[in-house]
Amino acid sequence: MTPLVLTAIVFLPAAAAAGLLCLPRAAGRRVVLTVWTAASGAVLALTVALWAGYEHGGGIQYETHVRWIPGAGVGYHVGVDGLSLPLLALTAVLFPACALYALRETRRVREFAALFLLLETTCLGLFAALDLILFFVFFDLSIVAMYFVIAGWGHAGAARAAQKFFLYTFSGSLALLLGFIGLYLAAEPHTFDIVALSAADPLAGRSGYGALVLLAVGLGLAVKTPTVPFHTWLPPAHTEAPAAGSAILAGVLLKMGTYGFLRIAMPLLPGAWRTYALVFVVTGVVSVLYGALVALAQTDFKRMIAYTSVNHMGYVLLAVGAAAALGADTADARRLAVTGATYQMVSHGLLTGALFLLAGALHERGRTYAMDAYSGVAARAPVLAALTGVAVFASLGLPGFSGFVAEFQILAGSLGPRPVATALAALGILLTAALLVRALQGVFLGPLRLPDSPGTPRPFPDLRAHEVASIVPLLALAVVLGVFPRFVLDVIEPFSRTVLELVAR
Amino acid sequence: MNATTTAGTALTAAGGMDENPLDLLPEVLLAASAVLGLLLGSWLPRHRQWPVAALGAAACAAGIAAAVRRAAVADGPEPAFDGAFAVDAVTSTVRVVILAGTLVVLVLGRAAFRADARESEFSVLVQLTALGALMLAGAQDLLLLAAAYLLASVPAYTLAGFRKDAPGTEAALKYFVTGALLGAVMLAGITLLFAAGGASAYPRLGDELPGAPAGLVTAGTVGVLAGLLFKAGGVPGHFWVPDAVQGSSPAAAALLTTLPKAGALAALHRLAAVPLAGTRAPWDELIAVLAAASMTLGNLAAFFQTDVRRMLAYSTVSQVGYLLLPVAVATRSGAAQPALLYYLAAYALTNLGAFAVVCALPHARAPADYRGLLRARPALAVSFAVCLLGLLGTPPTAVFLGKLEVFTAAVDGGYAWLAVVAAANTVASLFYYLRWIHPAVSAGPRTHPVVRPAARTAYAAAAASVVLGVTAGPVLALLDGPLTR
Repeated sequence: MTPLVLTAIVFLPAAAAAGLLCLPRAAGRRVVLTVWTAASGAVLALTVALWAGYEHGGGIQYETHVRWIPGAGVGYHVGVDGLSLPLLALTAVLFPACALYALRETRRVREFAALFLLLETTCLGLFAALDLILFFVFFDLSIVAMYFVIAGWGHAGAARAAQKFFLYTFSGSLALLLGFIGLYLAAEPHTFDIVALSAADPLAGRSGYGALVLLAVGLGLAVKTPTVPFHTWLPPAHTEAPAAGSAILAGVLLKMGTYGFLRIAMPLLPGAWRTYALVFVVTGVVSVLYGALVALAQTDFKRMIAYTSVNHMGYVLLAVGAAAALGADTADARRLAVTGATYQMVSHGLLTGALFLLAGALHERGRTYAMDAYSGVAARAPVLAALTGVAVFASLGLPGFSGFVAEFQILAGSLGPRPVATALAALGILLTAALLVRALQGVFLGPLRLPDSPGTPRPFPDLRAHEVASIVPLLALAVVLGVFPRFVLDVIEPFSRTVLELVAR
Repeated sequence: MNATTTAGTALTAAGGMDENPLDLLPEVLLAASAVLGLLLGSWLPRHRQWPVAALGAAACAAGIAAAVRRAAVADGPEPAFDGAFAVDAVTSTVRVVILAGTLVVLVLGRAAFRADARESEFSVLVQLTALGALMLAGAQDLLLLAAAYLLASVPAYTLAGFRKDAPGTEAALKYFVTGALLGAVMLAGITLLFAAGGASAYPRLGDELPGAPAGLVTAGTVGVLAGLLFKAGGVPGHFWVPDAVQGSSPAAAALLTTLPKAGALAALHRLAAVPLAGTRAPWDELIAVLAAASMTLGNLAAFFQTDVRRMLAYSTVSQVGYLLLPVAVATRSGAAQPALLYYLAAYALTNLGAFAVVCALPHARAPADYRGLLRARPALAVSFAVCLLGLLGTPPTAVFLGKLEVFTAAVDGGYAWLAVVAAANTVASLFYYLRWIHPAVSAGPRTHPVVRPAARTAYAAAAASVVLGVTAGPVLALLDGPLTR
């Protein structure tokens, strides 16, 4: 297949968004929603074709490299490898799910759809980018688009939450930019090209410089991931965002941070990464435990899911940190850890996406996220309850679901290099299991109690067809990935080998 | 019109062998159209003075064409008028930026003063201010620099108080007093530099100043800096900015915060790279501290402004801080000059776009006045957001690449701390830009009367700022030419 298909995938949603904005005002909701669903469906189809044509272990494929701003060392360089392909696929799956979920959206649908399509382009572009500035452009634009989604369609406190989200992640992005400039100036000739930089390893032997660049890049990515203590933007952003926005924010945008660690920090700064890997291990474990403990204390369903994201992203950080511990006897373990980290990104994207959509469905019916307002919902909405049950069990790492494969690999891979940290992180699984099951039990089982509403009792219908159609595929994929992980692992493993070779330089 | 004659005297007084007026074709065109416009204005009926603005616009367009042609055919930098004026990459770029900016301001002014009895005066003053800014950018001699300072200042004072109302008078007075004071300081500085170097021409000064007493050179530099920072609107010469912007008409404010800045920053860069290179005056450190002060003070002051014009005014003060980054490393990094010029072009475009939105909505001042703009005027709201996010430096707008280049130049020149301060300031500025973007995109009343020509200018500027950002490759390549020495 021609490499241009990748560029087509990246820019197709943006083109559709531009088309939507040019539609005459008379064009109804139905047209807008059809265009939205069709465009993200087309992206999904193209991504499936892309995957079908991908050669396992063939390095970077579908590569396009065009001069863009040669004076500034910036090029349009995109390509796909074993790290980006699963994340591109995740993005391509989550966006149509959100489009289907939002079929009943009535508030300014055209702008909503256009923003989501723009957001889809930024996410796809980021995962395809092989140039630091191209990466940064998509990174920043995703923040802007998500800001408008939260501020424009969020709940009551959305303005403040959106502002906080923008301020935090934007300051992270500027730290990232300074780090990129450091890399650019270190390379001779100056370039922002990720492939050229990882081949050159420009900071080899310059430990002070390398540490500063890693500090900048690490800070930027840590805010986005987010890890403790930079996670404070996450709970309000999630709580106030509309359901589809939360699903994308947690499902795709958070992955940008962890993706950056594997794509930029590890291969481009191998020396500094090895030296300071322990910092990332500790941050990861703290995020795992702190995220789980704070989630345990939440009374708000959506906020609780938001904190479990901090917990789940912590595992990724633990794995990438542990993978830096050198030693011939741990080679297999470290590869397992990197593969698990990538797998966790995909798995968490699917599961947390589904959970946020389910939380949105609950809120639409009960108008609150407070868990103590609900009880016995299963009696009234059995499908909602069943799907939430599946999502909860999958996300706490039950075997048979993708989360198990991911977390097992992370813990098994990290145990050798970092036994204490891994043992502590395993505690996090227990905590998450406890809090998720407790929430499930409190909301869906027991005597029926629904939130009060003034006047006539509010109807509490079960999930509608379009909601089922948006959530079930995500959970089904989580099961497929849990039962037949091989087809994804075959894609990821060659990448893990490559990145570890780069780190070991 | 004393200022014109002063500049004229300086030009003719330069004397020498290369007195080819074609070297200064864009400047000559603008001066001619200003003088002709003044005459024409006094013969035209009071309510139909549009030919004056049209003449000015034609002169700007012809000047841009002349500047581009000159840059295309010239091989390398050339001194003109016996070395008093430089024609090189800096002059050519700033010519295009200033003339294009003047064109925009003329359109905005036409929208604001349509059928006004003093329309022709406004157009003429705009052209004269722009001419002064052009001379600032190209001046290669301290005396010409002083003349250009006056030419850029005197019409600008008048523009600040053009509406003859109380805020305008206060603005003009404040602008004038600051300008007169710092202008005198600048003349004193020029005298000291003349005493130290025994010449006023930059190339001679470049040879003489490194051997001159460092204290004298430093004192002279500080004096010249004071005047140029007043024109640029940077700390410590920024006190006039918020009042002048709020008190004058938005079209004049767009001019005051854009065109003289471009000229003054080009002059600062030239000063750093030619006469002061190699001296022991602590230029880099001084500019770096002033840059940090400008961006920080500008941003902090912009935080809680409740008038869009004051917010934008302080935002321009902070932008001077970013623009001073490459000036601080002018001799230390080869990336400084293209970075400065690109950022200047990007900033001018984006800032004019933001002011065009203010011109298009004459009744909207406070953040709350912008509520519902997205529903009522989607294109204008999007332009407003694009311009404010552009000033912030969001990709893919032009200022993003400008910031990238500027930060790179600073880190490359050994001023990484300054780049960190600038990045932190960029985050801080996000806070107040969002205070205006958020109401514009949220729900509200659907009545937003607009001034159409200004709105169209805003759309064009916003679109152009994105286009300039995406097509930065070829543009950047043009900006990296050697300076005249």
